[in-house]
Amino acid sequence: MPYPEALKDLMKKVEETRPARVERKQADKEFPMMSLEEREDILKFHPDYIDEGRREIKIGPNKGYKIAHEVVDMLEAKSRVEPAKVDLTKADYETDVLVIGGGGAGTSAALLAQEQGAKVIIATKLRHGDANTMMAEGGIQAATKNWKDSPYYHYLDVVGGGHFKNKPELVETLVSEAPDVIKWLVELGCNFSRFDDGTLKTLHGGGTSRKRMHFAADITGAEMMRTVRDEARNRCEDIKVLEFSPAVELILNDKGECAGALMYNMDTEEYFIIKAKAVVMATGGSGRLHVQNFMTTNHYGATGDGLVMGYRAGVGLCFLHTIQYHPTGVIFPEQAEGILITEKFRGSGANLVNIKGEQFVNEREPRDIEASAIIRECVDRGLGVPTPTGKFGVWLDSPMIDHLSGEGTVEKEFPGKFILYKRFDIDISKEPMLIYPTLHYQNGGLEFKKDGSTAVKGFFIAGEVGGGTHGENRLMGNSLLDIMVFGRIAGKNAGEFAKDRSDLGQLSLEHVDKYHKEMAEAGIETDRVAPMLLPDYTPVEIKERELTSHYVGTIR
Amino acid sequence: MSTTESTPAKIKAKLVPIYIMGKRYEVPESLTIMKAMEHAGYKFIRGCGCRGGICGACGTVYRLPGDYHIRVGLACQTVVQENMYLTQIPFFPANRAVYEMEEVAPEVSYVQKNYPELFRCVACNACTKVCPMDVPVLDYISAIKQGDFKKATELSFDCIQCGLCATRCMGEMAQYHIAQMVRRIYGMKMAPYPEHCKEMVEGIKGGKYDGFLAELKSASVDELKKLYTEREQESHMADEKWEPQEKQYL
Ligand SMILES: Cc1cc2nc3c(=O)[nH]c(=O)nc-3n(C[C@H](O)[C@H](O)[C@H](O)COP(=O)(O)OP(=O)(O)OC[C@H]3O[C@@H](n4cnc5c(N)ncnc54)[C@H](O)[C@@H]3O)c2cc1C
Ligand code: SF4
Ligand code: SF4
Ligand code: FES
Repeated sequence: MPYPEALKDLMKKVEETRPARVERKQADKEFPMMSLEEREDILKFHPDYIDEGRREIKIGPNKGYKIAHEVVDMLEAKSRVEPAKVDLTKADYETDVLVIGGGGAGTSAALLAQEQGAKVIIATKLRHGDANTMMAEGGIQAATKNWKDSPYYHYLDVVGGGHFKNKPELVETLVSEAPDVIKWLVELGCNFSRFDDGTLKTLHGGGTSRKRMHFAADITGAEMMRTVRDEARNRCEDIKVLEFSPAVELILNDKGECAGALMYNMDTEEYFIIKAKAVVMATGGSGRLHVQNFMTTNHYGATGDGLVMGYRAGVGLCFLHTIQYHPTGVIFPEQAEGILITEKFRGSGANLVNIKGEQFVNEREPRDIEASAIIRECVDRGLGVPTPTGKFGVWLDSPMIDHLSGEGTVEKEFPGKFILYKRFDIDISKEPMLIYPTLHYQNGGLEFKKDGSTAVKGFFIAGEVGGGTHGENRLMGNSLLDIMVFGRIAGKNAGEFAKDRSDLGQLSLEHVDKYHKEMAEAGIETDRVAPMLLPDYTPVEIKERELTSHYVGTIR
Repeated sequence: MSTTESTPAKIKAKLVPIYIMGKRYEVPESLTIMKAMEHAGYKFIRGCGCRGGICGACGTVYRLPGDYHIRVGLACQTVVQENMYLTQIPFFPANRAVYEMEEVAPEVSYVQKNYPELFRCVACNACTKVCPMDVPVLDYISAIKQGDFKKATELSFDCIQCGLCATRCMGEMAQYHIAQMVRRIYGMKMAPYPEHCKEMVEGIKGGKYDGFLAELKSASVDELKKLYTEREQESHMADEKWEPQEKQYL
């Protein structure tokens, strides 16, 4: 579906203003960055600030905390099982460390736990590597260049992006471990793009003061994911992988410590038990909850399961009142809707322009600011570009990149997106892209300490499911970093913890019973069950004819 | 606000017939195979992962009426065509060698030892023809056989490990596993090493930045805001060797 005539006409405005904008860029005359006050002001257009979008949680450790309805719905839902029906006397698997989730955080945790001598099981919902990690394109931040950068500047950028709310000790760990993570990955054979002398290539990202975004062409996350996955597969003697086997509940013992998890085989619809001396939760994010009906960049299994399981077991939540909307998601063509257009386009110089062809924001503002500016342009100022299906977006002027860095750069640096648009007969090195913010990242999550541990003994957290590192807003490239830093830490400490633990005591799901009781006392009446496991995209007319689809206990 | 893909029913488009594993359904013509199957009432457990063309979960094989060619595509990326006959191949058993990082050698003989089937390639090119990512599979296999691991790394870089090439291989190999091993060998042993990264790690481990970070950790929000606003920015056009004015925190 190429651009229809109406859009081609509007595009002329972009072409008219392009030479001047390219010239400005070459002369290093940037569109002014917003002051901190201007930032405060524009944030009222951000979905996080829309009060009707949220409500207070009625139960659990964070009772009274106001977050998105879609997330509260999951927290105020029943378990998928009647605890009394589960026979906890027999374990189907026993292991030292159970890692729940086979993305980047989970896999690196498994590797490090194994290095402590632990036997590990990775249980994951889809295939090993079907995860948001696989989808990350842009890059991973780390201050590896000591002639211009250091963890000091990285720290400042992280907290500036996070509205100065981040947990300091988590940020310190993040930025100090960053170069070691890059080194580790390089030595595992991860092919980050580099110059002939070995110097790693780095770019800017939104909110960075130094170019410290390392990348592997435009599939950074995939290259990282397949590298650690390949290594995990090499260690199959010690690391066993169970696919299509999500966890649905943590199992505690009579002392309230973590002792394993209740699992579900999605193919046969059986539940089974894994007994473990330590558990690492690495289930990633929740884009598929479609908060405020936003489209999302996330993978199919990003349904926030870990939040539900951890919360029921008594682990608190933090920073979940903020959700990250990526400023640039495809809004046209419709078939590609929601798909992420990496920030690297902006890092490489592409401007954001409105219907008049005017630039309206510096392209290197932090994400929430950038997204708010786009929403304001469309919703408030009426300067959005209308799509054939009646939505609005703004232009991301990708052809500028070829003007700035030489013909062919777009095709070479962004092969994935170039091919994607080619399929729709759109040449993004010649024509700009139409974009709108898309639900991207769960800034907050379960509370954990800098050693990966939580309020529940034996229970560790790693990756997007955890909160605090990024405060109220994460900068690009800091999540791929986060999952590797804290994945490794959680894995290592879970491995160590397992070593010293012998008696697991009496397994129990009493916390689930208690949670159900608390729900009843709070007057929550619902037939919702959680974790959701997979979103349901069945059209309404079909659902109406699926008469048995509401049976609790299947994924349907 | 924008709609989500959770509302496919809203799309008002012409309906076209498609055949999912032989069964006829009518679906809106502009949908991808993945969304069309959901529109028809399918709920994926297998055969669906990233929904963005990068995880390789959704390899799909199809034919068109009156045409003997086998066609392939990713269900999440390929738009339906009238009367297409399709099925997904969400899983294909493949041989993968287990190898130790310590003993890896950047040589063909090492790869051959792990994957003797490498030399059973008959250059039929069926793999390249079937690859939904337009990866030149035969060419990377040939590059590996010639010991050019750099070229093989570059040629196979966009492989999403969907396994479709393995379904067609006369030599019965799983090309993508071999390519994965070679890319790692290249990255580990052959690509130029980033010394600057090691230097930084040593600096950090030696405690060079501990004091600076302690300063930030104990700073008040107002102090942090000031430092943040005033921090020196590397310009977009600056080259690799750019150095800031303020060097005391480096
Ligand atoms: C399109 C896209 C682009 C991105 N680009 C960048 C970027 O350029 N730079 C950057 O730093 N960050 C980026 N991010 C963010 C980053 O990729 C993610 O935040 C990060 O990879 C999350 O890693 P994770 O291991 O915590 O979770 P994931 O990688 O999502 O892994 C979670 C795993 O847990 C599994 N799981 C879920 N529920 C269960 C359950 N109940 N039981 C068992 N398993 C379960 C999932 O199936 C999945 O395999 C991007 C994200 C997306 C979606
Ligand atoms: S090379 Fe093979 S596994 Fe890789 S994308 Fe192509 S067909 Fe799929
Ligand atoms: S399909 Fe197999 S035998 Fe044929 S060219 Fe490809 S690798 Fe060689
Ligand atoms: S679902 Fe991942 S490639 Fe199609």
